[in-house]
Amino acid sequence: MSEHAYLIQLTAVTKRYGEGASELMALNGIDLTIKAGEFVAIMGPSGSGKSTAMNILGCLDTPTSGKYLFKGTHVETLSRDQRARLRRRFLGFVFQGFNLLARTSAQENVELPLLYRGDSSAVRLAAAKKALAAVGLAGWEHHTPAELSGGQQQRVAIARAIVTQPAVVLADEPTGNLDTLRSREIMDLLVGLNRDQGITVLMVTHEPDMAAYAHRIVRFVDGGIASDEMNPHPVSGTASTIEHAPVEHA
Amino acid sequence: MLFSVFMLAIRSIQRNLLRSFLTILGIVIGVSAVITMVTLGNGATQAVRAQISSLGSNLLLIRLGQRQGPGGGSSGIPQFKEADAISIIDEIGGIASVAPEGRAAVTVIGNGRNWATSVVGSTNPWFSIGNWTLASGRGFEEEEQTAGAAVCIIGETVRREIYGGTTGQTGLGEQLRIKQFSCSVVGILLSKGQGGMGFDQDDTVVVPLHTLQRRVTGTRTVPMLLVSMEDGTDSARVKRSLGELLRERRKLAESDDDNFNILDTQQIAEALSSTTKVMTTLLGAVAAVSLLVGGIGIMNIMLVSVTERTREIGLRLAIGALEREVLLQFLIEAVVLSALGGLIGIVIATAASWGLATIMSVPYLFNPGINLLSLLFSAGIGVVFGYFPARRAAQMNPIEALRHE
Repeated sequence: MSEHAYLIQLTAVTKRYGEGASELMALNGIDLTIKAGEFVAIMGPSGSGKSTAMNILGCLDTPTSGKYLFKGTHVETLSRDQRARLRRRFLGFVFQGFNLLARTSAQENVELPLLYRGDSSAVRLAAAKKALAAVGLAGWEHHTPAELSGGQQQRVAIARAIVTQPAVVLADEPTGNLDTLRSREIMDLLVGLNRDQGITVLMVTHEPDMAAYAHRIVRFVDGGIASDEMNPHPVSGTASTIEHAPVEHA
Repeated sequence: MLFSVFMLAIRSIQRNLLRSFLTILGIVIGVSAVITMVTLGNGATQAVRAQISSLGSNLLLIRLGQRQGPGGGSSGIPQFKEADAISIIDEIGGIASVAPEGRAAVTVIGNGRNWATSVVGSTNPWFSIGNWTLASGRGFEEEEQTAGAAVCIIGETVRREIYGGTTGQTGLGEQLRIKQFSCSVVGILLSKGQGGMGFDQDDTVVVPLHTLQRRVTGTRTVPMLLVSMEDGTDSARVKRSLGELLRERRKLAESDDDNFNILDTQQIAEALSSTTKVMTTLLGAVAAVSLLVGGIGIMNIMLVSVTERTREIGLRLAIGALEREVLLQFLIEAVVLSALGGLIGIVIATAASWGLATIMSVPYLFNPGINLLSLLFSAGIGVVFGYFPARRAAQMNPIEALRHE
């Protein structure tokens, strides 16, 4: 059980790009542990390795050396498809650019991850409806991204990330393309998911305002972790503007 | 799983309707061209066969001139005599009947109308040799044949154009003017129907041979002899004997070439249908090239589509799509596109070949084999030309794909 005390455990993880003269150490041996239920903000200037770390944490990439234990699984030993299976089971992704399928309804966008899990259409329909309601978009199921505002699009993307009831949501600059008001709505949503549903949230951001919502802030500089401190007074999600429909955990 | 990937492919085709349509246009054209060519070719072959067999089976045509070259080479060559026909019957075994045939192009007048047709002069065996039966009336009588009486038997087309009305109701017993003489219509031939390729066998007037010779052509000879053999007769032997007999009767020296030729309808049928078969194959092959071009079009668009949808592919991979699921999605997309093109092509081909068959007056024969083959082939094109773009999509690195602008 002690081995599973942490949801995520990075040990001496390095990532090297290129060979010889053009060699670049994106990560030079980082150690990081994250417990289930944490809300962690990852900050740092560009080129600091935070995106590389995020890719490894999201099982999209493998470390050059070191160990990555996710829920007791050694991710560094997994094949491409095995990592894909891990992602579809435990991880949800939110991107800066939303990455919704164009000319596709919100409902279908949210159903997408369930499609790859092989769920029946009835199950997909119900789960996607519920997830959209949880992000405050009940009634917007049949709108396509072009018919939605940026904030609404990002909320559809969050619904898509949580529809599989993941253990971790990885958000890469989720508010990067949004104005302050919309950004706050999105942050409230993430805080609510973390608080009410116990979803672990890992968020890359370079806006201190947004990082202030997290319980813990990890700062990257030059491929290493410069600081890793708890946020004594996280901004609590007001959640008053958005109606949260409960999503049960399996 | 397969079904949901199939649905994904369908949805992505729906999302890009115009492009999907343009993509499959090549396949549509290719498939419809192949099917139309093959269907029309088969129809033409069938028409030729039908036309030849309606001339009569076991039939030999003895004509003037060398076998080689067009019929124009017959001028100056002595024609056949009636006596030739009699000696053929008498001297060669296995002959059922012989009919000398003379022909002239005339305009016939009757019932206040005129009609350009051809008049045939021959003897009674002509009807049985040519598989003709009478719809009404009678054949020529013996004395009418020897005396060259002014009687005629008309084909259905002539009857319709001159007398109008329904078959068997009009024409019989009427007078028909052929050049300078009038004949009374004693019989009407049963229609053989459209011979195919625009050749109408019913467009004819038949008179006794002597009538034609005395009142129209003014000769005592004929340019053609029709010979029908008894069933099971060796046509090669009969042709050989005919050749020897005619050379002797026409007093050809050893060194002279034949100045007549003997055609076997079976041979004509085979020669003509093998010609149309070669044409069909050639046209089909040319059309198949356009199918191939259509396939390359599919690959081209699929490659563009994969590049354009790089972020989408990155997203799918990130949220947990397996490599083979992405591969399958794009492959199915290509196959559905090309099979859809094949289906539309079949519909167009059916309409086009039916229409063209009607215009060209060849029979329309639906050929299930070529339709099925084209459909399978176009789906196969989807697999072959869709595989490379699909594999490229499946092997993308999700991180780079997501970053793609």
